[in-house]
Amino acid sequence: MSALIETSYFATAVLFILGLKRMSHPTTARSGVIWAGVGMALATLVTFLHPEIRGQYGLMLLAILIGGGVAWWSAKRVAMTDMPQMIAIYNGMGGGAAGGIAAVELMRVAGDPSLVESHGHLALWLGVLGALIGSVAFSGSVIAWAKLDGRMKKAVRFANQQQVTLAILAAAVLLGIWVALATPGAFVLFLFFLLALAFGVMVALPIGGADMPVVISLFNALTGLAVAMEGFVLDNAAMIIAGTVVGAAGSLLTVLMAKAMNRSLFNILFKQFGPASDETTEIEGSIKDVGTMDAAVQMAYADRVIIVPGYGLAVAQAQHKLWEMVELLQERGVEVSFAIHPVAGRMPGHMNVLLAEAGVPYDMIFDLEEINNDFETTDVALVIGANDVVNPVAKTDPDSPLYGMPVLNVDEARNVLVVKRGQGAGFSGVENHLFYRDNTRMVYGDGQKVVTDMIASIKTL
Amino acid sequence: MIEGLAALYILMLAGFVGYEVISRVPVILHTPLMSGSNFVHGIVVVGAMVALGQAETFGEQLIGFIAVVLGAGNAVGGYVVTERMLEMFKSSDKRKEKESSDKAKALKDAAKGGKA
Repeated sequence: MSALIETSYFATAVLFILGLKRMSHPTTARSGVIWAGVGMALATLVTFLHPEIRGQYGLMLLAILIGGGVAWWSAKRVAMTDMPQMIAIYNGMGGGAAGGIAAVELMRVAGDPSLVESHGHLALWLGVLGALIGSVAFSGSVIAWAKLDGRMKKAVRFANQQQVTLAILAAAVLLGIWVALATPGAFVLFLFFLLALAFGVMVALPIGGADMPVVISLFNALTGLAVAMEGFVLDNAAMIIAGTVVGAAGSLLTVLMAKAMNRSLFNILFKQFGPASDETTEIEGSIKDVGTMDAAVQMAYADRVIIVPGYGLAVAQAQHKLWEMVELLQERGVEVSFAIHPVAGRMPGHMNVLLAEAGVPYDMIFDLEEINNDFETTDVALVIGANDVVNPVAKTDPDSPLYGMPVLNVDEARNVLVVKRGQGAGFSGVENHLFYRDNTRMVYGDGQKVVTDMIASIKTL
Repeated sequence: MIEGLAALYILMLAGFVGYEVISRVPVILHTPLMSGSNFVHGIVVVGAMVALGQAETFGEQLIGFIAVVLGAGNAVGGYVVTERMLEMFKSSDKRKEKESSDKAKALKDAAKGGKA
């Protein structure tokens, strides 16, 4: 029986790795998640035969039905714009499960210290570390979810916040050492978990909007690590391998995301985004606006148009209309492509998901590095719902908080059209110099309405 | 079963696998991949089942039960959202194929309607 289980876990680990590998290319991605899903189903089924399970099969089944059922229902209903917070909450659940495993095992050890000898001291230390990491991922992810879902104020800050956070961490670590050395009873365990959970809350509290995805990615990596550590405790190779793979992949993804925003992870976690510098550099030029009709004509008679979408597009729910307009332009022989900044949307690649939902094929969508040199030869660049990621001060003004962030070279296009709800700065609060350029025209209005009007105008040509 | 050094080898190799898999991913797939890796650590449900199976006191059973609920939520929710996202990624050729087959189907339906 044990051989069957071990073989199945081995197959699961192989399926996970192959699945992730396939997920890394658009054409095979869908089959990748199915492979991983098969692995997951296999591992779950054979675990019912696990020799160390002594009962509670009914409870087990009930728990799987409840957890799986609720998650299935919510996952089927969630809108694509709300994806980041859903990923956050499912990730938190994984961290909570890892913490729960650790709690059960530590309670058993407290009741029967002889178990330490059979498990080994290393497993005990790893179990405690996994408990700490898993709990932090759990409570932190719940806060992240509440913020992104608009259930909580964006960023909570108070005096001496960092000192309080570090004190909580120190206390949690000390209690953790106590737990690992002396395997104390329920009260100390309870305190340990409480402090670990509090630390997760404190980490997530001061983080504001744009930094949130990076933190979610970090929690994702942490959950992976916690799962791997509990895998050591339970001697479960599938958990060790899957957890470590996710831990490594998640850490790399976190660093990539932070880099795309031109900020280090340390900066995001411990320093707040600087307010716009007080001294206002004299901005040359003035803001000029243009009607939707003229803007539409300009695009319809262009040879090449690059569209730069931002999260504002998704908020206005304009991505379907936008694709309809692109199809019209293509029928007229205009070459259209989409340029996506790495941090467009709420997560890297989130914008791609939103465009894919509208039906835009992925081979029309280009990354910053792929397309940035093409703006020079472009007739019209249409910026819709994006702001900071096209701000040229990131290239020119060393005093700007945006300085150094890679930006799309929209200002190099012959004509720039910016669709914007109204005047005002972007998320960072930094004034956008692009709007003042001679070749820039603003098209004010709600994204969806503007695009709808443009479609009507193009049709009359 | 998994002794000290062997476990470290597993850890190191799995770490490299995770790094390699992500490092060549185009940005357009970052969100689905984050979601996919989120699904993969849903394997924690297996450990939660073992923990619940070993639980003896009421407190242990309660926490074990919650752990299985959470783990199953991670696995199922992670799978469904990843699958939903990846389903939408299509290339230009695929779209045209689908459109032309839709058109053919519409023509067929029209023809059928004509006969009836």
